[in-house]
Amino acid sequence: MSVPFKAPASTPSSGTPTAVRVRGVTKTFGTGDSRTVALKGVDFETREGELHLVVGPSGCGKTTLLSVVAGTLDWDAGEIDVLGTRLNGMSKAAVTAFRGRHIGFIFQQFNLIPTLTCVENVSVPLLLNGVHRHRAEQTAAELLQRVGLGDKGRKRPTELSGGQQQRVAIARALSHEPRLIICDEPTSALDRDTGHHIMDLLSTAARAPGRCVIIVTHDPRTYGYADRITEMEDGRVRQVLEGDALRHYVDQHT
Amino acid sequence: MFHLALKMLMGDRAKYIMLVGGLTFAALLMTQQNAVFQGLLSWTTSHLRNMRASIWVVEAHVDYANETKPLRDTDVNRVRSVKGVDFAVPMFQGILKAKDSDGADKQIMLIGLHGATLFGRPPQMLAGSLQQLRLPNTVVIDELGVQRLSAKGRPPIKIGDTFEINDREARIVGICRTERHFFGYPYVFSSYDQALQYAPRQRKMLSVILAEPKPGAAIADVARAIQRETGLKAYTSEEFAKVTVDYIWKNTGIPMSFMTTIILGFIVGVAVSGQTFFSFVLENLRHLGALKAMGASTWMLARMLLLQAFTVGMIGYGMGVGLAALFGFAVLPVGQPPFLLEASSMIKTAVAIVVMCCFSAFLGIRKVARLEPAIVFRG
Repeated sequence: MSVPFKAPASTPSSGTPTAVRVRGVTKTFGTGDSRTVALKGVDFETREGELHLVVGPSGCGKTTLLSVVAGTLDWDAGEIDVLGTRLNGMSKAAVTAFRGRHIGFIFQQFNLIPTLTCVENVSVPLLLNGVHRHRAEQTAAELLQRVGLGDKGRKRPTELSGGQQQRVAIARALSHEPRLIICDEPTSALDRDTGHHIMDLLSTAARAPGRCVIIVTHDPRTYGYADRITEMEDGRVRQVLEGDALRHYVDQHT
Repeated sequence: MFHLALKMLMGDRAKYIMLVGGLTFAALLMTQQNAVFQGLLSWTTSHLRNMRASIWVVEAHVDYANETKPLRDTDVNRVRSVKGVDFAVPMFQGILKAKDSDGADKQIMLIGLHGATLFGRPPQMLAGSLQQLRLPNTVVIDELGVQRLSAKGRPPIKIGDTFEINDREARIVGICRTERHFFGYPYVFSSYDQALQYAPRQRKMLSVILAEPKPGAAIADVARAIQRETGLKAYTSEEFAKVTVDYIWKNTGIPMSFMTTIILGFIVGVAVSGQTFFSFVLENLRHLGALKAMGASTWMLARMLLLQAFTVGMIGYGMGVGLAALFGFAVLPVGQPPFLLEASSMIKTAVAIVVMCCFSAFLGIRKVARLEPAIVFRG
């Protein structure tokens, strides 16, 4: 049995404010014969200061849940509250603005713009929030320093390794100090050591006051970092694990 | 964000070069063809500017300035008798055959000027004396004439040299500068009487009557009076130019031929820029989706795409028009093809490029507007 990446140093108590609350959310794709119900009345909750993993087999609805929580995908029914804001009924423009201010993203394929330097990539969320170019690039350079890429600022993403690119993506996700960081399979394209490093960074990021990190993953090596794990199956939440149950689950799966 | 939009555009070298290249080619083709067409149109009326008469009286069935249908000699006096006419003189114009010093046949545009007044004289004398046209067998030729009538491999012909017009000797007494005639033949000026001797004999030899109104009389009114009283056609110089250009538009394939090339240039520009820009947007769709997920509004992305489209448009326009101007600088000293680059031609090209940019940007914006930011979560 391999050792999980790392167990969290401390976990947020149940009295910590809720960061995301999802109630009875359903989402269907397609119509007629091609109709697929991706979410079947999902309830989901995560607290501030928490690193929350959403796990489950392919096609169970993890990424769809992540997308509706992030406001990047419309849902059919149910209620979604993110950082105290009810997303139901908000216009697309308002959701986009909300996302830009409060949510950071880390993608499986990094989604760094290959024609921009690392500093420019990291500065994007700041620029979208109206920060002046010079100040944004200064902050971006500092963040790259923090993720150990201080000397790579002027390089393009294609000149970096996968792990380095994901660190740039983390710096980008943190640049505008969002309260919610959403990660889609952040370690699946990385080797074990690099995965450790990325999870260390995300774990540290989740401990910042008022922030939480939600990670959708297939990678059992990351389970040891979780404060809570929501396991999904066939468009529903199968179980939510924390405390001893979580430790037992991690032992079982790593 | 806009500086990043430009870096995204220019970072994709292949597409950037293809976009700029396509738009440059389109702008060059549209501007150059338009300028050549405008030059050709200006040639159709150059004859009027070379003669500089206020009123042109021609046979009633003449449709444009470069057409000749002979008048009777007595028509000159009929025109002179019209009230408001200060003076009227006969002029011969015709395409004749000349022999250069090697004996090779060359076509020339022979102009026979009224001997007493030499009215209709060439606009600028470069050498020699126009007055000597009153001597027998003398001519003044233009610069194109020097070029065409000189034998290959020998020094250019000069004042004092002779050549043949219709087997009669013509001695050069002057060199002048003219605007190129529509038919492309060199101008050879002689006196009216001399021209009648050079030209093959016909029953009627008078080509045009050039007239001037009395001081204070309106040119157009005098022209109308001549037309009314003689039954001939009388035009002011401006009217004749307009009639000539209209005739070329309505009765020749020249405009259609140029328009076809210009339209093709436009279509090529639209197709290349539209297709390339759309493919640029498609290739960047994932990044645009990521920007959308990170909080970029559709309006922000639309402005980025517009900036990208108009940047390549402006560069392509500048290069295309610049190359067209270079083409003009190269051909103007040679004299052909005709070339007249007017501000209106450049504005038309600019409008066409703006349409191309809007079309290209529209394709991209439509795609981005429909783009679900959730695309970034698909592996």
